[in-house]
Amino acid sequence: MSNQQKHWEKTRGLLFITLAIWFVFSIGIFLFGAEMNEVTGPFGYPWTYWFTCQGSLGAFVILIFWFANRQEKIDEEFGFSEREDE
Amino acid sequence: MKGNFIDNLPKVYGIYTGGFIGFIIIMAIAEQMGMTAKAIGIAFVAFTVFIYALIGWLSRTAQADAYYVAGRQVPTVFNGMATAADWMSGASFVAMAGGIYFKGYGYMALLVGWTGGYVLVASLLAPYLRKFGCYTVPDFIGTRYGGNLARFSAVVVLTVASFTYVTAQINATGTIASVALDIPFQYAVYVGLISILLCSMLGGMRGVTWTQVAQYIVLIIAYLLPVFWISNKMGAGFFPHFMLADEVARIGELEQQFGFVKNAAADLKSVPKGLAGITKAHSAVNATPWAFISLALAMMMGTASLPHVMMRYFTTPSVKAARKSVGWSLFFIFLLYSSAPMLATLSKLSLIDPNLPTGIIGKTFAEVEAIDWYQNWNQANLMFISDFNGNGTLELNEFFMGGKAVVLATPEIAGLPYVISGLVAAGGMAAAMSTADGLILAIANAISHDVYYKIIDPKAETAKRLLVARVLLVVIGFAGATIAAMEIQGILGSVIWAFDFAMSGLFFPLVLGVWWKRANRQGAIAGMLGGLIAGAWYLVWVRTGGSGFLGITQLTFGIFGSAVSLVLMVVVSLMTAEPDKATQKMVDDVRVPSGKSILGRSH
Repeated sequence: MSNQQKHWEKTRGLLFITLAIWFVFSIGIFLFGAEMNEVTGPFGYPWTYWFTCQGSLGAFVILIFWFANRQEKIDEEFGFSEREDE
Repeated sequence: MKGNFIDNLPKVYGIYTGGFIGFIIIMAIAEQMGMTAKAIGIAFVAFTVFIYALIGWLSRTAQADAYYVAGRQVPTVFNGMATAADWMSGASFVAMAGGIYFKGYGYMALLVGWTGGYVLVASLLAPYLRKFGCYTVPDFIGTRYGGNLARFSAVVVLTVASFTYVTAQINATGTIASVALDIPFQYAVYVGLISILLCSMLGGMRGVTWTQVAQYIVLIIAYLLPVFWISNKMGAGFFPHFMLADEVARIGELEQQFGFVKNAAADLKSVPKGLAGITKAHSAVNATPWAFISLALAMMMGTASLPHVMMRYFTTPSVKAARKSVGWSLFFIFLLYSSAPMLATLSKLSLIDPNLPTGIIGKTFAEVEAIDWYQNWNQANLMFISDFNGNGTLELNEFFMGGKAVVLATPEIAGLPYVISGLVAAGGMAAAMSTADGLILAIANAISHDVYYKIIDPKAETAKRLLVARVLLVVIGFAGATIAAMEIQGILGSVIWAFDFAMSGLFFPLVLGVWWKRANRQGAIAGMLGGLIAGAWYLVWVRTGGSGFLGITQLTFGIFGSAVSLVLMVVVSLMTAEPDKATQKMVDDVRVPSGKSILGRSH
């Protein structure tokens, strides 16, 4: 397998992990919205309510930065990172 | 100032922010000295619009890559702010807190949908389209799949989606301009349009970028300052986001106590159009999982297909910067979106809690009608009370309000000075203008670059291309304003439709263009046109009394459209020949961040 193929393999792996986490926060939680809302969550808000207001939104922000850093590491590993002056 | 403009950006916008805060303070002092509410409103809107126009003029350009992609030198954080302003429309600013106020949990699917979509943008599309080096979204489709028909189909989808969206934004600028400047709506729409064109006409993407950063700063101050102030004034907590659990619980208690009494249809006839009462629980789960998830999913996939957002990531200096920039965009969006539910909570509690001095439920009708702010907002057609049961006391089901009132009226109800209301008007104007600018530019650029330059006259000189682009900008703006002046659809309805149209036609052709090498021209064309037609058909069918299926409503018709698009694209691609070697090589190159972009710097 060429260098480029390996790079793409890893990139695709990262995509699947990212989408799996995305799925949990955007869809997974809300499959059980009614049940989870009975429980008191962070800062005293009901769990599901808190996720729709802040939790999922914040998780997405963190997820994108985490993804960007991981992808940069993968690019560096295979020598595909951009030079700053490009 | 020494050094070039880009290096000085933090300083420039630092001074700008300081200047704006100074202006707020001057207005606050002027109010104390007797400046009228109307004059303050005019001063806020006029001052901010003047600044945007000035930035637009300073950013004028005669170069194609500055006009189309701001010279590809916008730093990550600033591009994040510009995208956030581009993204958060008049609907987000004026109508979102109101929607949460009335519909609670079911409506908050939009919060999740309008943020979660950025994960798809960052991981599936933005970095790859940046590497491609295109000027517009159809530019990517046209080059990746090849052929004028593919390019043209993408322009069609883009135009349908963006035009649906832009009329809503011009409508919003008109609404705010008509309230703040006290002129009739039919004229205010054109005042709004001229303000919008001042930002984008001379500088294209460059002008829009730097005005959007300025607009973000105004709109975020205008949204957060009242939320924090109201929360503190009510004694609800100095940092509302972490401290409103008791207030949320208290609303639940009051809902139990009052109950949701259903009004008779005959009684509801007397309520002015557009106003609604509180009929849904505030924090309880009041929608089925599928209703919530389908709406969120439609908005997420729509986010990743809307060209005016995608093209913002064409302006970053590198692929790496494009990825980080998506993160910053969402961070800046998060600041406003996470505050909207807090504002809805504060607004609702201050109105319905009889223990608070501002609470009106349980008061007599004579008492409520004597309140100044009630009279003002009743006159503005945003509040209404009616004694249905004839007991003389206001009940929860006898109080009606317009969705916009949550953002516009809450500062006044909480007893904040009028200067805050002026600030909120300026913020709403900034939000609507910035989105309208991005959208009009997306349409005009697609038609001028992809239809005129790439299909009709490939030999046109830069000066002529940019002239065509500017003429189109004005034409599209006026067309949008003319339709907006007719007031066909409410602000929020048309915004959601735009997402559904975009995802129906563009989501899979864009994503598979990068992630599936086998996708070919025939498949993409079938996917774009088939998806768009299927989605539009479903919308018309449901609107004309069709029952729909699988719980897909007129707000989520994109789920059906994009499913048709995916199936058509895969089936047609597999039935026809695979893309040639050159195209496959192109896809391989797009997947690698380093090296030259596929399309030249100026093309």
